[in-house]
Amino acid sequence: MNLAYLVNRLLGAALTLFLASLFTFFALALIPGDPALSLLGMGASPEALEQLRIQLGLDLPPLERYLRWMGGIFRGDLGQSMRYSESVGKLLLERIPLSLTLVGLSLTITGIISLGLGIWAASRVGRISELLLRVVLTLFSAIPAFWLGLLFILLFAVHWRVLPSSGFFGPSSLILPTLTLVLIRSSLLTRTVRGSLLDVLSSDYVRTARAKGLSRRRVLFKHGLRNALIPVLTVLGLEFAELLTGAVIVENVFALPGLGTLALRAIEARDVPLVQGVVLLLAVWVVGVNLTVDLLYGLADPRIRYD
Amino acid sequence: MTEPTQTSGSRVSFSRAVRGIRRNPSLLIGAFLVGLVGLCALLSLVWLPADPNASALLERLKGPSLSHALGTDSYGRDLLARVLVGSHSALEVGVIALSLGLLLGVPLGMVAGYFGGWLDRVLTLLLEALYAFPTLLLVLLLVTAWGAGLVPAMVAVGISAVPVFARIARAGTLTVRQEAYLEAARALGAPSSRILMRHILPNILGPLLVQSSFTLGAAILIEGALSYLGLGVQPPQASWGNMLREAQSYLSLSPYPTVFPGFAIVLSVLGFNLLGDGLRDALDRKSRGN
Repeated sequence: MNLAYLVNRLLGAALTLFLASLFTFFALALIPGDPALSLLGMGASPEALEQLRIQLGLDLPPLERYLRWMGGIFRGDLGQSMRYSESVGKLLLERIPLSLTLVGLSLTITGIISLGLGIWAASRVGRISELLLRVVLTLFSAIPAFWLGLLFILLFAVHWRVLPSSGFFGPSSLILPTLTLVLIRSSLLTRTVRGSLLDVLSSDYVRTARAKGLSRRRVLFKHGLRNALIPVLTVLGLEFAELLTGAVIVENVFALPGLGTLALRAIEARDVPLVQGVVLLLAVWVVGVNLTVDLLYGLADPRIRYD
Repeated sequence: MTEPTQTSGSRVSFSRAVRGIRRNPSLLIGAFLVGLVGLCALLSLVWLPADPNASALLERLKGPSLSHALGTDSYGRDLLARVLVGSHSALEVGVIALSLGLLLGVPLGMVAGYFGGWLDRVLTLLLEALYAFPTLLLVLLLVTAWGAGLVPAMVAVGISAVPVFARIARAGTLTVRQEAYLEAARALGAPSSRILMRHILPNILGPLLVQSSFTLGAAILIEGALSYLGLGVQPPQASWGNMLREAQSYLSLSPYPTVFPGFAIVLSVLGFNLLGDGLRDALDRKSRGN
């Protein structure tokens, strides 16, 4: 891999994280209202308020508060949640496994389905069945995840009563949320696989491979797929960010105790440290995956350089 | 296009239009859906089948009937009237977010592409960083800071659109910059601002229009999600998202309050997505044909 490419991607990721931290902190640090007052209530004595303000570091200038906050993060201390009176780090750690499972499961299934459907569609271009698939995919790209989730609850939980509609009671609670995310997110990825394969299959080297007598199937898998996967990888990285934010919404539809529901509770309570923690965690997650994809991209295609 | 271009005669241009539609069904269906949504939104400003906020407890959760075309919600309010009114907040967020994205993104992209050098490099790096930050996280931050409402959704979707429009404007500017007529304009002493506005901007309008359509679709989805989460339009004012939020509690009693607002979202987003697809195809064909 080209060194300049590696350095550039690392710098890009670091810059994104730095901007994300600035944004996360200053968007929320400068909101009107007094956190100390909202924590202690109107009846609190001025002395107690003053003491809490000092304890929360609210008497310091914003820049110093940012630096302290960042310093804490590097030591693994994300501050105290105001609503749950527990450390933000502990709350996040409790919620990560469920969200990670939901997103990981959805991403894996989305990848498999999109690859399969995309290959199928590319080998059947122009037929009625392929046209039908394209219509369905276009339709799914316009459906909001939370509405599809509600329709699934209507069918599977209310009508047929086979799956739970909300809460977490073991693996069966993950079926509908995963199905929702997979159906929504497979649309773009399948279209990318199809388009990218078609591009590759119309190229000169594929025509040469066919001309020297290789079978259609062999050309598709040996020459087509490998080259077609490079743009697919990029979209897979973008899909991950979409899946993660999609999971935030879908968790709330199905009342799953993950990071998404925690984020909503935090926002409703205006629990600033907790919102900052969740947003920063999700941002780090997205940037990390994007960086991984970029590096894989550089490995998969040695021609890619930064310029 | 292989056939000779004919420009005179309305009969000829009509048959060309028909052929164009058959070749580009996305454009036709997209334009139809967008037109339909726009028309409903305008209509609802002057006429509604019922008062969208008038509750009638005896009429709760009724199915479609002659008096309520789409049925009623858990307060007995007319669903059709509420779905019509709900288009306002969706389109409002879309239009304001789009304007913000265009007004900030296009000049930034054009300046980066036209002047190049370190300015281009710095702007590109910053815009890439912004692009990597998911829209929903931006919305959540702004909602926490400013409280629930539509302004956070408008600003967040608008800011997220800035790097997308900037990228298109920059790429277009880089292509146009090579053209001979720009060199001529520069040689004649035209100032940069005039060159950007009069010569480059008209040439990148096509791709910007395509992306605008997609941005409107995305904005409607985000507004829906935000209002569904209870962080957007506040009841009793109707929006498609908050109608679905209220409907969820009564899912087992009536499916209609859940089904119809969702249809409205799907049809509008589908309309803007298809319109974008169709415009892109039409522009591709035109640039290849000429």
